[in-house]
Amino acid sequence: MALAFRNTLRAARSLMVRGYAEAAPAIKEGEMALTLAAGNKVFYNKVAVKQIDVPSFSGAFGILPKHVPTLAVLKPGVVTVYESDGKQAKIFVSSGTITVNEDSSVQVLAEEAHPVESLDRSAAQEALSKAQSEYNSAGNEKAKAEAAIAVEVAEEIVKAAS
Amino acid sequence: MLGRFAPGVCTQVAAVSQQQQTRNMATLKQISMRLKSVKNIQKITQSMKMVSAAKYARAERDLKAARPYGEGAVQFYEQAEVTATEDDPKQLYIAMSSDRGLCGACHTGVSKVIRLRLAEPGAENIKVICVGDKSRAILQRLYSKHIVAVANEIGRLPPTFTDASKLATAILTCGYDFGSGKIIYNKFRSVVSYQQSDMPLFSQKAVENAPKLTVYDSLDSDVIQSYMEFSLASMLFYALKEGACSEQSSRMTAMDNASKNAGEMIEKLTLTFNRTRQAVITRELIEIISGAAALE
Repeated sequence: MALAFRNTLRAARSLMVRGYAEAAPAIKEGEMALTLAAGNKVFYNKVAVKQIDVPSFSGAFGILPKHVPTLAVLKPGVVTVYESDGKQAKIFVSSGTITVNEDSSVQVLAEEAHPVESLDRSAAQEALSKAQSEYNSAGNEKAKAEAAIAVEVAEEIVKAAS
Repeated sequence: MLGRFAPGVCTQVAAVSQQQQTRNMATLKQISMRLKSVKNIQKITQSMKMVSAAKYARAERDLKAARPYGEGAVQFYEQAEVTATEDDPKQLYIAMSSDRGLCGACHTGVSKVIRLRLAEPGAENIKVICVGDKSRAILQRLYSKHIVAVANEIGRLPPTFTDASKLATAILTCGYDFGSGKIIYNKFRSVVSYQQSDMPLFSQKAVENAPKLTVYDSLDSDVIQSYMEFSLASMLFYALKEGACSEQSSRMTAMDNASKNAGEMIEKLTLTFNRTRQAVITRELIEIISGAAALE
């Protein structure tokens, strides 16, 4: 009787230990560690996700686990993250870099990033028209280029917010 | 002989006692003035401590958000095993300090790392960019030849990404074509501890020659250039955040110590003040009594 009790106790203990081990965020097969951070906020810090869609200057692309290592430059647009529990998160980014490493970890570093839900369409439209007027009145090349970037970002925000 | 000397000695003694008397009277006033000024200093250091405690709380919160960002920026250089090109001896050191003092050894620590490096042989190829007036003030006397650029107006407000990108632009357009370099900054560890640390800087050539770069897909020099410019800004941003947090925390400790020291000084001065006042009172009483006794 006592022996049986001890056995169950041991079983319970091993179960408990296993429970703790599972609670640790381990990167499983078919997932990758994502760091998505911006100057204003950290969205993911080495969190296991299934897929990430990113807009880059060489075209938008999706990153799946075991993607070939690459570097890319972020374009203003929406990054879509497919979390491991199937949820989708859409985050607007202004500019930045994407790094896919050999160990299948992904770093998306943005200058500014916000969840799409927190974007305000009317404010974005206002910013767009302001940027456009600035672009038209820009005197030199540099101011023109800067205004063009502002226009591009504002256009993307309007698109993302709608 | 003795008789001739005696009057002179007497006058001297009288003069000394007179002087002492006047000095005693003045000391009372002087002590009270010093006491007042030390009390004012204590008030200032105490309020500075409060201010930096509030700023520190914010800086630490910001830093927590910036840490993954900075680590992510450095990760590529580690993963791709980028090393400095050996045939290019030109190096660039960036000293991350700020404009504000009274924060312990924050700025001296950063400057010391660079000073030690500049004292070694082969220093003629090293250039320094000072971020913040304090590091410039420390380095300019001996190593002004090495300083290529100085940034100031750092430390009054919490650092932003705009500051970092302005810095990055200034570094890239400063006209110094470096092969490798280091960002020297204070890495925040806890409220009472920080450590000088560095992040590597590389030229585009060094990155293109990295042994593991071939595993990275679809790279052209345009992408690498924009990537490196942005990652420089991210690293600077991270270093600014770490520096700001260490600075505020060490200012907090420094001001706490200063308030404690001022408290000790106030105690001592109050004691001397009271003693002197009592001595003056006693002396005046003696004078009055002996005067009255002489009249009787």
